[in-house]
Amino acid sequence: MTALAPPPVGVRPTTNGGRSNAPVAWMAVPALAMFLAFGVVPLLGVLFLSFTTWDGIGEIQPSGLTSWRSVLSDPGLPHALWVTFLIMALSWLAQTPLSLLIGVFLAGRQRYREFLAILYFIPLLLSSAALAITFKALLDPNFGLGEGLGIELLRQDWLGESKLAMGVVIFVVSWQFIPFHSLIYQGGVRQIPTSMYEAAEIDGAGRLRKFFSITLPQLKYTIITSSTLMVVGSLTFFDLIFVLTAGGPGDATRALALDMYKRGFQANLMGPASVIAVILVLVGLGLALLLRRLGGRGDESQLEGA
Amino acid sequence: MATLTTHARTADPSPEPEATLRRGSRRWTQRNWIGGSFGWVWLLIVMVPIYWIVITSFKTSSNYFSQNPMVPPSEPTLENYRLVIESDFARYFLNTTIVTVGAVIPAVVISFMASYAIVRGTGQRFLRYTNSLFLMGLAIPLQAVIIPVYLIIIRLKMYDTLGAIILPSIAFAIPLSVLVLTNFIRDVPKELFESMRMDGATEWRTLWSLAFPLTRPALMTVTIYQGLLTWNNFLLPLVLTQSPTQRTLPLALWSFQGQYSVNVPAVLASVVLTALPILLMYAIGRRQLLSGLTAGFGK
Repeated sequence: MTALAPPPVGVRPTTNGGRSNAPVAWMAVPALAMFLAFGVVPLLGVLFLSFTTWDGIGEIQPSGLTSWRSVLSDPGLPHALWVTFLIMALSWLAQTPLSLLIGVFLAGRQRYREFLAILYFIPLLLSSAALAITFKALLDPNFGLGEGLGIELLRQDWLGESKLAMGVVIFVVSWQFIPFHSLIYQGGVRQIPTSMYEAAEIDGAGRLRKFFSITLPQLKYTIITSSTLMVVGSLTFFDLIFVLTAGGPGDATRALALDMYKRGFQANLMGPASVIAVILVLVGLGLALLLRRLGGRGDESQLEGA
Repeated sequence: MATLTTHARTADPSPEPEATLRRGSRRWTQRNWIGGSFGWVWLLIVMVPIYWIVITSFKTSSNYFSQNPMVPPSEPTLENYRLVIESDFARYFLNTTIVTVGAVIPAVVISFMASYAIVRGTGQRFLRYTNSLFLMGLAIPLQAVIIPVYLIIIRLKMYDTLGAIILPSIAFAIPLSVLVLTNFIRDVPKELFESMRMDGATEWRTLWSLAFPLTRPALMTVTIYQGLLTWNNFLLPLVLTQSPTQRTLPLALWSFQGQYSVNVPAVLASVVLTALPILLMYAIGRRQLLSGLTAGFGK
């Protein structure tokens, strides 16, 4: 890059606020090229493939709307959508209040809380595959915890009954991701000015009152950020369900991402699998936009009255 | 609940400056026990399965079936670990290391360069579009594009190689890395860039001798976080490789579990072994990881 002659010094040294005059755009090219090749092109590719027939090995044959028709008329699709929605809603309901509580708890500055935070975070470090394998062993009706401890309540066929299997998926998801969302809430709580609490104390507000009138409204944007990550993230749970239940029992936990994998890589129907992938992208984008709309305009002050 | 409320009310509202300074921490101490007891319950929920994994991995098979699952083994054994290591885990370990290092270092370097360009070239249309594209990329799930990625990898004749896992891993690390890094490079005072420019430094030199040292904590964060994601990735190796010699750890765990499903202690030993390096990394880089994770979403 010796060709980049320094601009004539002293002509307008400071008027541009230190912005570069020399070309820097080339530095973005490697990242852009990689992302185009393995992010954007596949995104367009999946739309293209949804109008073809392909078994994953042979020739790709254009086939118009055949794949779309077969997927849209398949009762498996509404079922997969329903399962996905159920996982999304239940995992949101399980995670949000708990993350909020833990986040508020962790925002305290006591030393032992910092120590607890270190331990809380461990589940997020383990791979979903490892977690699924662990809980599968732990919940095994014959060799698992229930049998070993002799606790009848724990001795159920956890992964063999539809409702229980769904519950286990939600539990493991929460177990893994609550630490991450608590961390987001912890950051949010720490940004609330202490002066607001002091004012409330002078007015004689109790603890619950302070939580509902100050903490919760002040965390509005944090809640939206965390919920967006939860909701959009729940569309992509794949490893966990794949290893834990493989979509079963029957197809009780066969969510969209798993449905796509099974159609594409197990049944070798890449066309219909691509249709599911397109639906997955559309649902994700739609939800992200919806939640952003809910959040209102991003520039309004969160500190009104502070 | 009622006792709590009265407790808070009796808090001394005296406006002395010293008391005000300490008020913040005192408020939380008073609030302790709801949150406090809940905090310990959650600790139990997190630690019991982890404790169980660790102690069980040292039990013999017969011990596992006869003993109370929450009691540490009466005769601890390393037999399970020997079985795991003999099942070629050294190779899977090496494969995973190659994939993680081979994907994360290039990903962070090119993301850093792009972030620098995006911050320094503000106003250039090309860079504005590039930035928007990366932001949009945050919303593209890997699962949704895995079929075309598979097609591309086949056409590149890279199917069933470690490179097949590395290339898409790099691409999908870029959006979040750029988001975090641009936030940090923006915090570098403009005067510093200006004085580098006055000294006649090229942008390339400014990137490495000014921006690099100043954003090192953010670079650490991004590296650790992407390292974690790549180390644990399951979908890419599942779809893009097939032979056991190209297996990475999460995939190896899965097939090991399929093979030895009855030998629970051995399966759990494999879980411990694959998690060990990450736990070590976590012990070293915890602060960076935690602060950086929120920085990406918090700003």
